[in-house]
Amino acid sequence: MASIDEGGGGGHKKGPGVKKAKKLSTRVDMTPMVDLGFLLITFFIFTTTMSSPTTMELYMPKDTKDEDQNKAKESGALTIMLGKDNHVYYYEGQLKEDASNFLSTNFAGIRKVIIDKKKAVIDAHQHDAGCEKIWEKNGGDKKSCLDKDLVIVIKPSENATYKNTVDILDEMAISDIKRYAMVDLFPAEKILIEATEGK
Amino acid sequence: MPSVKIPKKSTFVDMTPFVDVAFLILTFFIMATKFKPEEPVEIKTPNSVSTKDLPDSDALQVTFDSTGRVFFSVLSEKNRKIKYDVIKHINDARSLGLTEAEMQNFVRMPSVGVPFSGLKQLLAIPVEDQKNFRQPGIPLDTLGGELYYWIRDAVGTFTGKKLQYLIKGDNSAKYPAFKQVLNAFKKNDIFKFQMITMLEDAPAGSELDIIRKRQKAGK
Repeated sequence: MASIDEGGGGGHKKGPGVKKAKKLSTRVDMTPMVDLGFLLITFFIFTTTMSSPTTMELYMPKDTKDEDQNKAKESGALTIMLGKDNHVYYYEGQLKEDASNFLSTNFAGIRKVIIDKKKAVIDAHQHDAGCEKIWEKNGGDKKSCLDKDLVIVIKPSENATYKNTVDILDEMAISDIKRYAMVDLFPAEKILIEATEGK
Repeated sequence: MPSVKIPKKSTFVDMTPFVDVAFLILTFFIMATKFKPEEPVEIKTPNSVSTKDLPDSDALQVTFDSTGRVFFSVLSEKNRKIKYDVIKHINDARSLGLTEAEMQNFVRMPSVGVPFSGLKQLLAIPVEDQKNFRQPGIPLDTLGGELYYWIRDAVGTFTGKKLQYLIKGDNSAKYPAFKQVLNAFKKNDIFKFQMITMLEDAPAGSELDIIRKRQKAGK
């Protein structure tokens, strides 16, 4: 296969006086070619990227002075706060005075919290003809009304990293949460996080 | 004593299969990969389940690294003249006194991360030698800082085109850096962003995973 052997021509007898051409070896030294091949491979490995990056969309609300914009139903609200060293804190509804519903978890545990909350909101959902009508009119799935009260508020602290922020936004996509917002921490929450993390 | 003659064997090894494999791998790498874009800083982006592709034209990109340095770049693969227009616009608006050659230099650069006051100094260096020049990053504050002007002037140049806004951040960058970048965009009345991430699979059994599987089955 490799070195092309030309050994087949021997059977043919030539007459006397016919000069036999001297058989030359057709073997070629392939080593430089291998060298070159691997050199190019090395070059390509170092200078190229394998996976092409993707993008994740983010919509931010306009900053308005209006305090009571988009009031969320207390029963469907879940606030997630991001602390330092990948800590995640959360509470449902309103933060209680004694902070008894202020809970701590991590990125592995937050998904279950979100899923449970979503389930609870869907279970508590009462039939809303108005909402369904809107969805039907726009050709959407009227099941989207089931979790219409669910609003997740994301509040990264100053010690949270960019990765944490993207991860939590990713969780929204993973659990198919349609209504979420990214806002700043309240002073009370800041104090609680600082107290939990021991500064 | 009769000496045992060891028959001399040829040391010639057939390299052909080796060559075959080498070039096969080479072909694979050429096909499956893309050249790394030159960047002044190394950024490790987070992962996300998002599958949207990255645009390479008509986009503004803001990059911030782990120490909070901010870089700005104009992506216009298809039309290089726009990038020139952007720097010309900025030069005129802020009277930086850049020469023609310095503005051409900007067009060749992947991104800039210096205050306006240091721009002339940076652009005086040829692109090849800029690796040794540590760019301090575009100054930012809670109101957007100079990044606000970069975005405003670039958006002004692109009028009539649909622009996309890309944000590329390092994994270990702190949230306030990200927030300041967002503020600079928000001040320009831009509220829709795309964050550059690396693709990862949706976790098995999650809602998104179920939705995607259903879509696939439906197709």
